[in-house]
Amino acid sequence: MRVTFPHMGSLYIPLTALLQTLGVEVVVPPPSSKRTLTLGSKYGPEFACLPLKLNLGNFIEASELGADTVVMAGGCGPCRFGYYAQIEQAILKDLGYELQFIVLEPPERHISELLTKIRHIAGRSSWWQIVQAIRFGYRKALAVDEIERSALFSRPREKVPGSTDDALRRALEMIRNAATPGELPAAREYALALMDEVAVDINRPVLKVGVVGEIYTLLEPFANLYLERHLGKLGVEVDRSIYLSGWVNEHLFYGLARGIGSGKKAREASSPYLRHFVGGHGQETIGEAVLYARRGYDGIIQVFPFTCMPEIVAESILPDISKDYGTHSLTLIMDENTGEAGMVTRLEAFTDLLARKKETKEAL
Amino acid sequence: MIGYLGIDVGSVSTNLVFFDDCGVIRKSIYLRTRGKPIDTVQKGLKELGANLPSGTKVRGVGTTGSGRHLTGVIVGADAVKNEITAHAVASSLLVPGVQSILEIGGQDSKIIILRNGVVSDFAMNTVCAAGTGSFLDQQAGRLGIPIEKFGELALQARSPVRIAGRCAVFAESDMIHKQQMGCSLPDILAGLCDALVRNYLNNVGKGKEILAPVVFQGGVAANAGMVRAFEKALDLKVQVPSYFDVMGAVGAALLAREAVARKGASSFKGFEVADMDYQTGSFECSGCPNLCEVVEVSENDRVIARWGDRCSKWSNAVGAKIS
Repeated sequence: MRVTFPHMGSLYIPLTALLQTLGVEVVVPPPSSKRTLTLGSKYGPEFACLPLKLNLGNFIEASELGADTVVMAGGCGPCRFGYYAQIEQAILKDLGYELQFIVLEPPERHISELLTKIRHIAGRSSWWQIVQAIRFGYRKALAVDEIERSALFSRPREKVPGSTDDALRRALEMIRNAATPGELPAAREYALALMDEVAVDINRPVLKVGVVGEIYTLLEPFANLYLERHLGKLGVEVDRSIYLSGWVNEHLFYGLARGIGSGKKAREASSPYLRHFVGGHGQETIGEAVLYARRGYDGIIQVFPFTCMPEIVAESILPDISKDYGTHSLTLIMDENTGEAGMVTRLEAFTDLLARKKETKEAL
Repeated sequence: MIGYLGIDVGSVSTNLVFFDDCGVIRKSIYLRTRGKPIDTVQKGLKELGANLPSGTKVRGVGTTGSGRHLTGVIVGADAVKNEITAHAVASSLLVPGVQSILEIGGQDSKIIILRNGVVSDFAMNTVCAAGTGSFLDQQAGRLGIPIEKFGELALQARSPVRIAGRCAVFAESDMIHKQQMGCSLPDILAGLCDALVRNYLNNVGKGKEILAPVVFQGGVAANAGMVRAFEKALDLKVQVPSYFDVMGAVGAALLAREAVARKGASSFKGFEVADMDYQTGSFECSGCPNLCEVVEVSENDRVIARWGDRCSKWSNAVGAKIS
């Protein structure tokens, strides 16, 4: 069994660690690129959203490298992502790719449904080994988040342009290369030290923007046209409403690791704007926006793939939140276009607006 | 004479504006970009240089529009700013107290809301180009009327027909259908203006509060039919400033004045750039799996700028040597 999975930001780092600890052979798909997108949009249904197309491209490219099994997460409420695994499997079968799918999704009747699937992936490993492997993967996810948070802080303040991204790349590589749970603490220390070495101007005025929206486009830089990097260059310190470990906790552990995921807090904050589940993470998007607004963030940016229904609902509510809290929001819709100029123009205008407003507020 | 230069390089047109120390616009030039931004900017500079009295000093230069970065390195800009900020700055100067700006250009349309002289909200068309200048241009061409006559004809309408405005393709088939039924040309044109305004207000305006004074600018503001359609839909007076078609350039020049006041001296390379030789090209970097498309601009065979690389390896290395 040679296992692959879809890319979503740095997810491949903890997932590879988890699977390899179980003795599973892993084929990491090449990073999502224009080729991935071209393959995905060629074979995917036209009206499906960007995540499906990129998933599909990832699987085809991984299959070219010898993968024969796909592990992916499945449904969460009435968002289309819930049946993407089935659709993708059918498309790949029609194309002649022999890929077996193992879909991890909330059990319909009993936890044993999920456990059977895990058992299938884990082969002969004992349950104790499985728990150890999950813990190792999860700790890598936490380390990745720490590193990425550090990059979000230093990017708008870096003295040498590009130095943050250079350090980020090397730091993530170190976490990736830690082969055993024993090696991880040292790798983490070293990686964080590397991030701290980025020369920053601590007195530089920065704007604070919270990014909310659909999870895949939030976490996958290729899908959001490297939004965080562009904002950093414009002097914006970004906070993301969800990080990898939060996602893993909510979707794969179903919130077992307490105190990490903020889904519940966000859903509470979404009232009175949106009191109902509207599919996907529409309600969380509203709640996170309210939380950012309450914390005094200068602005909120929402990202989602074109045709994402839950986020369209949220989009229409955001102006009310902006008005009530005196903040500003900008919505960016991601699709096949890879030209970044249009997005940069909007981001520049948005940061100009926020900066001017901040100046006038501070002058008073 | 001393003054400031603003250059707006858009998808359809390239505009240059020169205004003097007292804020009076001395010269404005409107050219078609025709896919050749560098040539057009050089042509514009040549024309501008020839039209200004000898001994004119350019104290600062600003660029805006989708070609702002490219133009910025070529002329040595002091300010390189997005079109939204540039348009807002220009309107605030020419129409004091403006609260809403409607802007429709060749490929994009935007709305800018100002309160107390500061931009408080803005939006730009996202996935749809219905209702922008290019579509009007194309329809005028199909009907065989010069675009300059479009507005005048639309004003002669007695009862505008209903045209679907949500999508350029729907609009065109609706127009053809009404033509075949025998509706008069002015009625169809006026109907199209109404449809485009409806589309703009829904798709770009999206319920934003449009308060007077309202300014309409960008190339499409030349179309009197569109101005009337806006007034009808908003029930407000819509002003078209005299430099409506070069407002982006005016804003860029104003931003250049601000920038030069902050940094002291201008980086303008002079009108000579009109005669220099510029080359652009791109290559794919194979340093990592991102495979970035790096664009390189050279002046007289010397590389002066690079962009497109995510890691800044190439852009940081301009002037230095890359091993």
